[in-house]
Amino acid sequence: METLSIYAPKLVTNREYIASGHRACSGCGEVLAVRYVCKALGRNTIISNATGCMEIISSPLPETSWEVPWIHTLFENASAVASGIESGIKALKRKHGYTKEVKVVAMGGDGGTADIGLQSLSGALERGHDFLYVCYDNEAYMNTGIQRSSETPFGASTTTAPAGKDSMGQHTWKKNMAAIAAAHNIPYVATSCSSYPFDIMTKVEKAIKVKGPSYIHILSVCPTGWRCPSNLTIKMGRLAVETGIFPVYEIEDGKYKLNIDLPGLRPVEDYLKLQGRYRHLTKDNTAVIQAKAIEDYNRIRQLAGLKAIK
Amino acid sequence: MTSKHTGIESSLAIAEAVRLANADVIAAYPITPQTHIVEGLAEMVANGDLDAEYIPVESEHSAMSACLGSSAVGARTFTATASQGLILMHEVLLVAASLRLPIVMTVANRALSGPLNIWGDHSDAMVTRDSGWIQIFVENGQQAFDQTICAFYIAEHPDVLLPTIINVDGFHISHVIEPIAMLDQKTVDGFLPPYKRAITLDPDNPATMGCFAMPNMYAESRKDLDIAVRDSKKVILDVWRKFADLTGRQYKPVERYKADDAETLLMVMGGYSENAMDAVDKMQNEGKKVGLVRIRLWRPFPYEELAQAVSGAKNLIVLDRAISLGGPGPVCSEIKAALYNSGKRPQVAGIVGGLGGRDISPADFEKIVEIGLEHIKAGRVDETLMYGVRE
Repeated sequence: METLSIYAPKLVTNREYIASGHRACSGCGEVLAVRYVCKALGRNTIISNATGCMEIISSPLPETSWEVPWIHTLFENASAVASGIESGIKALKRKHGYTKEVKVVAMGGDGGTADIGLQSLSGALERGHDFLYVCYDNEAYMNTGIQRSSETPFGASTTTAPAGKDSMGQHTWKKNMAAIAAAHNIPYVATSCSSYPFDIMTKVEKAIKVKGPSYIHILSVCPTGWRCPSNLTIKMGRLAVETGIFPVYEIEDGKYKLNIDLPGLRPVEDYLKLQGRYRHLTKDNTAVIQAKAIEDYNRIRQLAGLKAIK
Repeated sequence: MTSKHTGIESSLAIAEAVRLANADVIAAYPITPQTHIVEGLAEMVANGDLDAEYIPVESEHSAMSACLGSSAVGARTFTATASQGLILMHEVLLVAASLRLPIVMTVANRALSGPLNIWGDHSDAMVTRDSGWIQIFVENGQQAFDQTICAFYIAEHPDVLLPTIINVDGFHISHVIEPIAMLDQKTVDGFLPPYKRAITLDPDNPATMGCFAMPNMYAESRKDLDIAVRDSKKVILDVWRKFADLTGRQYKPVERYKADDAETLLMVMGGYSENAMDAVDKMQNEGKKVGLVRIRLWRPFPYEELAQAVSGAKNLIVLDRAISLGGPGPVCSEIKAALYNSGKRPQVAGIVGGLGGRDISPADFEKIVEIGLEHIKAGRVDETLMYGVRE
């Protein structure tokens, strides 16, 4: 810890753009991810934020945690608002002597991105606006009380897809947003996780340098919704990556690169057993998740030109 | 300064007004009968006649959302829509008003599904009534052109900063080719101040826009917005006065036509008032004491002007071009509410008609007056009649 406090400031700015004192739950992986994203973005940034946890914890009138210009309007339209901001600045530059170099960023949770905001996101990616979209994915509608989304993983119990006598909870597989974003032929797509600050920051720096749309999907641990101890946030994110459940990779101009290349995967049980949302799973359920994790992980390896692992 | 009259489709005249206003961003999605406006603007941008960012969004919801973003960075912003498009963006409209973003929008008024119907009525405008937007109705292409220029002035005025809708009847105005007196660029530049707002999304002065409000703050926010909408009338009147000085065309919140000695007044909003004028001319020639009152300013609602405009009449027959299913016509119910506490008030009959593009000819207006008067005579003023419906 002591060595970290000596070296970390040399690697990362100690300037914060989302101030402490916000109302996030203890152990919130999302706000951690957003904090790293903002550090990498720096001050010349305008953020368009979808409704959700990050908006609610940071902006109770008349207070704000934001030290960069920030706008929240609705749940499903963060990308469309960002496209207006980007276009507005373009017009101001051309016509009214505006000279600032501003990075436009839209952010939303998994619901605001993969469900209700998907159309708005797809439209903005397709039109080629010069902006970055960040999805901080905590795998359910946590702000409204842990309801399932299309990013909720197979087997997880949520309040609208609960495990019960006749149900093992979520019976669909997590929507692949990175692939959907990449299908728009945008220059930069990446996945990351709230437990890997340098991976997030490197990717944000890369994303804002490209001309055109970029998309970063960050798995963000939610102790409240995943029903795990809040001191395990960092460990939980690492386990998601180390078990192959959430591969961390990037797609630059269509080329896949696995950023965290593991010699072997830990059993998914290491990850599942620490979370109350998977408490009900049987051995058979776990075996299904194990097989799918390896299959998905190997698909990414294959796309990245790497050999499959067992 | 004012050019000679040019024969032009109203939609294209509106596009020309937006060009003259030098809009910075246009975000739009196609929907009949609005589309000619944004097609016209797209063509201007493509030909270099208008230097603007044109965002061809994937829905009206995103059109209005993009408008929020561009207006919030300080860009002059325009869009146009109609009907389903307007109600799809409805959620966003309320935010535009609450963030005090002076977006200007033409609504080519059209019926709402179902059944699907692409023709004109005012159902869409009525759904938007309580959204915090200034709403102005016009009666022809000239007014549509004039009010579009005025709308930027009104909306962006530092004492207003409210989004503004110009309601233009779908097809009956939007698609009609009329002789319209355009203004030239120099005149518009002299009339219309630049859009400058104190607070924008600016990294050098970071602002947070769109906080959420707890029960201890929400009511104050809404009250603040309500005051802003009400107070905007002062600026609207001032802008219309300035516009009259420039062009000789004076607009008022409530306008009267041959109403001075009328015992019975027809009340119409929007394009059908021109047919009502013909009917009034004919009826007055026949010695009938019938006049016309037209509502131009729908929000903020012109209480005083309305009370003054109808105070001398015995009977008021209000035409609603929208239906409130199971309730009174929306315009009529507002008129009744506005007059209820005034000492001198006419008897009011509400008639719903002209839905989904059905014409109301001058002869129809004569019948509407007859039916309205019978209704009042029979003391059945609580009922809402529908005119010209096969039963």
